[in-house]
Amino acid sequence: MKRPAPKKKAAKQKAAPVKKKAAARKATSAAPAIDVDPLPPIVTPTGRANAGQAVAAFASPESAAVETPLEAPVEAVGKKQIASGASPRPSAPSRRGKAPAVVGRRLRKLDSLLKATGQAQYTDDIALPRMLHCKILRSPHAHARIKRIDFTRCLQHPGVHAVLEGSELPAKYGVIPWTQDENALAVDKVRFIGDEVAAVAAVDELTAEEAIELIDVEYEVLPALVEPEAALAEEALKIHEQNKRGNITKHVDLAFGDVQAALGASAAVAEQDFFYAGSTHAPIEPHCAIGHYDAEGNLTVWSSTQIAHYVHRELAKVLQLDPARIRVIQPFIGGAFGGKSDPFSLEFVVAKLSMKTGRPVKCLWTREEVFWAHRGRHPMKMKFKVGLSKEGRIEAVDSKILIDGGAYSSFGLVTAYYSGQLLTGPYQFGTYHFDSTRVFTNKPPCGPKRGHGSVQPRFAFEVALDMAAEKLGLDPIEVRRKNFIGEQTKTVNGQTITSNGFLQCLEAVERASGWREKKGKLGFGRGLGVAGSMYISGTAYPIYPNEMPQSGIQVKLDRSGKVTIYSGGSDIGQGTNSLPAFLISEEIGCDPRDCTVVVSDTDLTPVDLGAYSSRGTFMIGLACVEAGQRLWVQLAQAVAEKWKVSPAAIEGRLGTITGPGGLSMTFREAVQLAEAKFGTLGATGSYRTQKLGADYRGGTIGASPAYSFTAHVAEVNVDVETGVWKVENIWAAHDCGRAINPTLVQGQIEGSVYMGFAEAAMEEMTYLPSGLHRGPSLLDYRIPTTLDTPEISSHIVESVDPTGPFGAKEAGEGPLHAAIPAISNAIYDAVGVRLTELPFHPSKLLALLKQKQTPVATHVDPPAISVPSTYERR
Amino acid sequence: MLTLPPFQYHRPTSVAEAVALLGEHGGKAKLIAGGTDLVPNMKHRLHTPEHVIGLRDVAELHRVGSRDGALTIGAMVTLADLARDERVSAIFPSLTKAASQIAGPQLREMGTVGGNLALDTRCVYYNQTYFWRKALGYCLKKDGTVCHVVKGGQKCVAAASNDTAPVLIALGATVRLVSPRGAREVPLDQFYVADGVKNTVLEPDELLTEVRVLLPQGRLVNGYQKLRIRASIDYPSLTVAVAAWLEKDGSAQWIRMVLSALGSRPHPVKRIEHLFGKPIDAAAIEELGQAAFKQCHPLTNINVDPGWRRQMIPVFVRRAWAQALAIRS
Repeated sequence: MKRPAPKKKAAKQKAAPVKKKAAARKATSAAPAIDVDPLPPIVTPTGRANAGQAVAAFASPESAAVETPLEAPVEAVGKKQIASGASPRPSAPSRRGKAPAVVGRRLRKLDSLLKATGQAQYTDDIALPRMLHCKILRSPHAHARIKRIDFTRCLQHPGVHAVLEGSELPAKYGVIPWTQDENALAVDKVRFIGDEVAAVAAVDELTAEEAIELIDVEYEVLPALVEPEAALAEEALKIHEQNKRGNITKHVDLAFGDVQAALGASAAVAEQDFFYAGSTHAPIEPHCAIGHYDAEGNLTVWSSTQIAHYVHRELAKVLQLDPARIRVIQPFIGGAFGGKSDPFSLEFVVAKLSMKTGRPVKCLWTREEVFWAHRGRHPMKMKFKVGLSKEGRIEAVDSKILIDGGAYSSFGLVTAYYSGQLLTGPYQFGTYHFDSTRVFTNKPPCGPKRGHGSVQPRFAFEVALDMAAEKLGLDPIEVRRKNFIGEQTKTVNGQTITSNGFLQCLEAVERASGWREKKGKLGFGRGLGVAGSMYISGTAYPIYPNEMPQSGIQVKLDRSGKVTIYSGGSDIGQGTNSLPAFLISEEIGCDPRDCTVVVSDTDLTPVDLGAYSSRGTFMIGLACVEAGQRLWVQLAQAVAEKWKVSPAAIEGRLGTITGPGGLSMTFREAVQLAEAKFGTLGATGSYRTQKLGADYRGGTIGASPAYSFTAHVAEVNVDVETGVWKVENIWAAHDCGRAINPTLVQGQIEGSVYMGFAEAAMEEMTYLPSGLHRGPSLLDYRIPTTLDTPEISSHIVESVDPTGPFGAKEAGEGPLHAAIPAISNAIYDAVGVRLTELPFHPSKLLALLKQKQTPVATHVDPPAISVPSTYERR
Repeated sequence: MLTLPPFQYHRPTSVAEAVALLGEHGGKAKLIAGGTDLVPNMKHRLHTPEHVIGLRDVAELHRVGSRDGALTIGAMVTLADLARDERVSAIFPSLTKAASQIAGPQLREMGTVGGNLALDTRCVYYNQTYFWRKALGYCLKKDGTVCHVVKGGQKCVAAASNDTAPVLIALGATVRLVSPRGAREVPLDQFYVADGVKNTVLEPDELLTEVRVLLPQGRLVNGYQKLRIRASIDYPSLTVAVAAWLEKDGSAQWIRMVLSALGSRPHPVKRIEHLFGKPIDAAAIEELGQAAFKQCHPLTNINVDPGWRRQMIPVFVRRAWAQALAIRS
C-alpha cells in the first residue's frame, strides 16, 4: 500500500495556542488574552421568545457604542485567503480575497447574555393557560410481560384528567427508520427498569405523581439479561421478539486487506483487552415537553430536543396526524450532548394527552428519569491487536468488540459501524479488520454521546499503539507522526480525507507541553502521554434516504436594514443560533448585530436535520454561504447601478457598502435600493447531500464531507500510596479547518477535554445484578467539579478545508476522543502500569501498582494488607 | 422535578417554643435547619412528616461563643460560618477542615452544625427515590425487611457520613439536648448508637441546641483527613479524625482517633492506651494505623470499593497525624 509522505504546510496552518483556565477558581488573576474581543462585544441581545419560539438577536449598534471601536482588526486566522466554501452557488461578484469582517472574530454568541441573566426561556419556563401536568409510570422490572393495567383507582383520584396506556399509541418509532422498536408507552412488554408503562395528566405535578401510584399493573416477570455476554448467548429468550437473530441488534464484520498475514509479518504486535464503561450525558436541563392540541386541530409540541425535524416526523407517524398540522418548537436547551437526539416517550405522551383533554399538557422529567432515558455512551468490551513494521508503520489493526446496547436500538445500527469505521485516521493503516456486535440487554438504552461510537475504540487503539511502539523503542509522538495519513487521500476503508492538520496538531502539543524537554525526565510518579484522533463533520447521508437538502436557510431583508435569518439548526450550546448571523453578515456586508436569527421551529424555519454527528457548522454554514451569496448578487447589482460601476467593484463590510473612489453608503441604503429594484428581498440556501463513501455494504457509514483531527498531551501525577492520579495539564490541539469564531471553538475543545477527562476519571453507569442502576442521581453518578478539572490548554489548527464554509470543519466532538488514551498513556509513563478499563479508579491503579511491586520512591510503603473477599459487618 | 410531600410548616422564634411544638407533634414532626439533608430525603419519601419545624428564626441557636472554659457552637451556626471562624481554626484546625470539606460552597451556606451532627445515616440502597426503592424491593431502614448490604443482616448498617462528628468526638465534645422534660448534656461519643435506622439517642421531642468543646490550656494537636472521589459535593468514603494532648516533653497525655463513613456510627479506635505517655513518632503512628485497620471494615453501603477504602485506612491515619503534628509543632 502506498504511503503518502507527511507533507509540510506550515505556512497555511498555524497553531494559535491559547492557555485558558478551565476552572473559575483563578478568576482573580489578570484577564488572559483570550477574553479580549477584537470586535465590539455584542451586547444586550433584544431577542424575544414568543410562544416558546427561540429568537436570538443582536442588539442595536447604539448600545455597543461604548465598547471597542468597530473597525478593530480581525485576529489572524491563518494565511489562506478567505474562501467561503465549495457548495453549488450562483455566480456572484466575488467577495473572496477580502479580509474577513466577521469570520475569525471572537464575537459573543447572540444569546449568551439571555442565558447568563436567566432571560432565556427553556421548555419548563413555558406555562400555558389551563396547562395540565403529566407523570409517567415506569417499570420496576427489568424484563416482564404486562398482563393487565387497571386505572380504576387512579381515575378516582381528585385532579386526574386523563390516563394513557401503550395500546393507544401502538405505532413503533425510532430515530433510525430500519430499527424502529420503541413505543411511547410499553405495549405488552417492558424491557428495563424505568421503561415507560402508563401516563397520567393531572392538575399539578404532585397530583400526577400521587396518581401514577394508583395505577395497578400486573406483570409476568421474565428473566433479565443484564450482561451483554448473557444476552449474546441467549437465543430463545429475546428482548425483542421480532428481532431476527437472538438479541443481536447488529453484527458488522469488515476486513480491508489480509490482517492476519500482516500481523504475522509485523515486527511488533500489541494485543490487549479493553473495557469502556458506559457513561451518560448529564445535561443540566432534564428532558421536558409540552403538547398543545388546539381547537383548530393543530398540534404544537415544545420539546428540549436536538432533532426537531425527526420528532416532527415521528409525531405524525405515532399520532397518525397530518404532519402539516404539527408544529415542533425547540426552545432554548440546557445541554444535550447527544442525549436529546432520539424521539422520546414524553413527546408523544404530552401530545396524546393534550388530544384527549383539549388542554396543554407538560411533562418534565426528573434527574432520575433522565438516567432511565439515557442513550449514553455504549459500554464496549474490546480486543485489539496492533502490528507495527520494524520502522514503526501500522501494518495491521484487528479488533473484536462487544457492544452493550441496552433495551432498544436507538442509533445502535450506526454505533456498530462507527465502532470500526471511524478509526482509520489520522494514521494510514496497512490492513484493517473489525468485528463489532451490538446486543440488546435489559438496561436503559444506549445511544449517541459526544463522539458517538468512536471514543471507545479510539481509547483502545491509542493505548495499544503505544504498547506496540514501546516494543520498538519508538517515541509515542514519533510513531504517530510516522503514520500520518496525509491530505487529499483515502483511508484504508475507502473514506475520503480532504484537509488534514494532524501534524500541526501534534507539533502544537509537543511544543506546548515541553515534550522533548520533559519526556522521560519527570521521575517516578509523573508522566506524559499523547494520543490522536479524527472525527466526522456530519454524516454524508440523512438518516432517512431522501433527495432533499440536509440543511436549509432563509433570509429576509427589511428596508430598516434588519436581517432576519430563519434556521432549523438546533443550538445545544455550540453556537448554531449565532453561526447564521456570523456567516450571512460576512457574505452581505451587514453588521452582525443587525441580524435576528429565528431558530428551530418547524412552522417558521426550513428543515435542518438536527444537532448530531458534528454537522452544524459545516452544513448550516454552507447553506448560509449560499443564501448570503444569492442576496449579495442583488445588493451589489442595485448599488452598482446607482454608482454606475461594475458590481464586482462593490464591497460590503460590517454595515457599510463601498465602491471605487471612496463611494460609500450604509447597508440600509443598499437594501432600499435593492428592494426598489427587485421587490421584496429574500433568499434561501441549502446544503445538499454529496455522493460520498466507499462502495461496499456499510461503506457510506462513517463517510463525511470533511474530517477533523486532534492531538492531546496529558501530564499526570500519581500518588502511589493511594492510586489517586491527577492531570496537571492537558494540551489539546484541534484542526477545525477554520475557526469561524475562535472563542466558540475553544469552548468546544475545553468542553470536550473536560468530558473525556470525566469519563477517564469517574463517570460510570453501574447496575445491580437485577438491572437496577446503582445510583441514578448526580450525587452517586459523579461528574467532576471545577476543583477536579485539570488545567486545559486549547490550540486551534486551521487547515482551511476546501469543502467547508470558509474552510471550517467540526469542533464539537473530535477533541473529546484523545483525552482518555492520552491520560492512560501518561499514567503508564508515570508509574509503568497500563490502565485498560474505564474509569481509571484509583483502586484499579493501586491494585496494578501492587501487582507490579513497584518501588514507591520517597513515599513510605503502606503496610502489606490482605483484603478479604467478603466484608462482614462490624 | 421531584415533589415535596405536603406538610404544615412552623416557625418558632425561641428554643422554648420549638420544644413545645416538638412536644405537641412529637413523632409526626421533623426539625429543619438548613434542609440540605431533610429536603432531598423528603423528596425521596424517606420522611413524610406532617409538621416541619423551621429553626431559622431561633436567634439563640445561631451563636458561637465561649462559656465555662468551653467553646460553644449553636446548632444553627452554618457550616460555612464555622469554617470561616478564626477562633475555631486557631485551636481546632481539624474542625475547620471538616466543616470546609462538607458538600459544596452553596450547601455549606445552608447546612448547619446541628444538622450535620443529626444527619440521617446514608446508604446506597436507602438514599434513592421512592420508585427506585420500589424497584429494589425496599430495605431494612425504610419500608422493607431485607438488608442489601449484609446478606441476612438484621441490623441496619447505613453509614454515618457527617464530617463534623468524628472530629468533635476526637475533641471530646458534648451536645446539649432540650425537650419539654428539661435539658441534658450528652458526650458526643454517647450521642451515637450503632443502629443505622436511627443512630442517635435523640428523642422525638428533643432538640440539639449546642455543641460544647473544652478549650485546651496546653498543647492540643488535631487533624482530619477525608477520602472522597470528587473534590467537592461528595460524601466521605472514609474519614479519620485525630487528636492528642502533648506534654512539654512531647509525650502524649492522651490520644484519640475516630474513623467514620464506615458503619452506622463514628468509630473511636480502641485499645491504643498503651501509646499514652509516649511521643507520637513514626512507629506509634504505624501502630495507630494498624489498630484502625484491624478494627474497621468498610461495607458496600457506600458506592466506593470497600477493599480500597480499607487499604486507605493506614494511609489516611498517617496523613491525619502528619497534618496534626505539623500544625502545632
